[in-house]
Amino acid sequence: MSDSVTLQDVERPERRKRNLSRKTPHPPTGAGSRLKKIFNIDDLELSLIALPTFIWYILFAYLPMFGIIIAFVRFRPIRGANFLVSLLRSEFVGLYNFRYLFTSPDAAIVFRNTLGYNIVFIVMGVVVPLTLAVMMSMLYSQRLAKVCQTAIFLPYFLSWVVVSYFGMAFLSVNRGLVNQILTAVGRDPVQWYMSPQYWPYILVGVNLWKNVGYGMVLYLASISNIDTTLYEAAVVDGASKWQQVKHITLPLLKPMVIILFILSVGGIFYSDFGLFYIMPRNQGALSNVTQTIDVYVYKALMQMNNLGFASAASFLQSVFGFITIFAANTIVKRLDPERGLF
Amino acid sequence: MTARKTTMMSRSRREPDSVARFNRVSPLVNAVFSVVFIVLALAATLPLVFVITISLSSDQSIQMYGYRFIPKEWTIDAYTYLWLLQDYVGRAFLVSVGTTVVGTALGILLNATLGYVLSRRSYALRKFFTILIFIPMLFNGGLVASYMINTQLLKLGNTYWALILPLTTSSFFIIILRTFFQTTIPEEVIESARIDGASQFRIFSAIVLPLSLPAIATIGLFLSFAYWNSWFPALMYIQSTHAHMYPLQYVLMSIERTIQDLVRNAQFMLPAETLQGLPTEAVRMAIVVVAVLPIALSYPFFQKYFISGLTIGAIKG
Repeated sequence: MSDSVTLQDVERPERRKRNLSRKTPHPPTGAGSRLKKIFNIDDLELSLIALPTFIWYILFAYLPMFGIIIAFVRFRPIRGANFLVSLLRSEFVGLYNFRYLFTSPDAAIVFRNTLGYNIVFIVMGVVVPLTLAVMMSMLYSQRLAKVCQTAIFLPYFLSWVVVSYFGMAFLSVNRGLVNQILTAVGRDPVQWYMSPQYWPYILVGVNLWKNVGYGMVLYLASISNIDTTLYEAAVVDGASKWQQVKHITLPLLKPMVIILFILSVGGIFYSDFGLFYIMPRNQGALSNVTQTIDVYVYKALMQMNNLGFASAASFLQSVFGFITIFAANTIVKRLDPERGLF
Repeated sequence: MTARKTTMMSRSRREPDSVARFNRVSPLVNAVFSVVFIVLALAATLPLVFVITISLSSDQSIQMYGYRFIPKEWTIDAYTYLWLLQDYVGRAFLVSVGTTVVGTALGILLNATLGYVLSRRSYALRKFFTILIFIPMLFNGGLVASYMINTQLLKLGNTYWALILPLTTSSFFIIILRTFFQTTIPEEVIESARIDGASQFRIFSAIVLPLSLPAIATIGLFLSFAYWNSWFPALMYIQSTHAHMYPLQYVLMSIERTIQDLVRNAQFMLPAETLQGLPTEAVRMAIVVVAVLPIALSYPFFQKYFISGLTIGAIKG
């Protein structure tokens, strides 16, 4: 999910406030009160309130970050010792797992799929929802707009498991609606779950179907924030509706479009596991076009029991992902210091 | 007096409206756009209707004619079978409800507490906690490291905690809540409570939470939908020997395997004849309907909370 509430913008007024308070005279009353100022009872209580979430972050976010060194060892669990001890005592093998990974034919395909699908998703994820949002803002009937928006947003809230059953209702070989239609018009039914050539289109289509409502709602919200007097002035100047879109709506949406675009580029090494694993029903025949890094890591870990492959691919994903997200965020901040993740 | 007021009001309301009326697309364009959106709305919702009608058709008609929008033979057999399968499907439903309720409550607590702490500008460790939640947004250990930590170190395998804990907290939610607390709760309210001797716990529970119900509702909805839809933790952490711990979504995901398991496995104490005539096709779709209806029915009413949450997150303010 792309989010761009910044810290700086909240901290700036605080800095101003601090400067002000520095000017007001506070007679120093000894070291004790100064210490109190640094960490008082308030701070103690707030720290206690923060403690449970702090523990959560240590266990579920920071421990795995250190666990990433598993990619550089040959992990053998030691009986009776806990995971961290076994990890630290495992034999260090350097880049062995990576070399091993890159000699397998899968690695290149997996990276190609992840990047390829993401590029298509990112481009469509900007163009289609933006176009629809502009179109929807022009409908006469607000009621129709509201109803259609609600309907188009619905798939976003469904799980991939459910969506995969929708897919089956259409694509099932014997029972599916598409094959019924094909036979009705006299064409041969297609073995959809065995035919990799169709799946790039199916996956792109399903992903768009599921997520277009989200982007549309975001863009609609910022279109509705545009000052209407701008359009009124444009009408007075004789601007056509298309000229208004071109010269008012789109330029005003541009910062947000650019930011959402760059942030989604930041996530280019990550893919939606549900879309690529559950939607094709884990069919081996399709794996050349449906296997992304996330699917590959899952399969290597849980099905092939190949901890070396899995941890090496997972490590590369984390590191490349970090580089792209960091770069994307730096660019966003340069464009608009108010935005960006941090 | 009042009459004049209302005419003034209605005029001022009509004026921008009339400009808007003048500045509309042509009726033809409007008609084309309307058709486009009606088609898209149908495309988004009809698959759900399709699955519902499949769940209401008899297995023979599915065998003969395939899945049809309007079944040849209507029946609620699939749902009566669901009732017979209650040891299995009913249990999964309860697991889903339970993890959703516990996870949402715990998630609200964990996210709101840190959100509140980060909203206190005078807090000494504010910077530290800010960095603490931002680093994981950039870098994470990945699936393998989390899996190893969760199973080997935290021993979460085959426990309900595995379905709950990994999803509770998110930096994104914490930031939304922090921004909300900062912008809507007046500093004076908190300071005066402080002067009256209230502790931070009391301020948080008796003042901040009740004043923040819209934001809490938004986060609560995000969390509860995420828990209801979740299948990934079950896939990772619950083995098939512990099938009684499967949530509904995961039952659905592994149904091909589990229906065979049901026949073979005495785990669920089903009479053999129940399983003989099991209308598998329709039953599967009936489970889909059970999994999806709570969301499809409640979501239109909650939509505005979702949109406000998304827009706080994505466009600031």
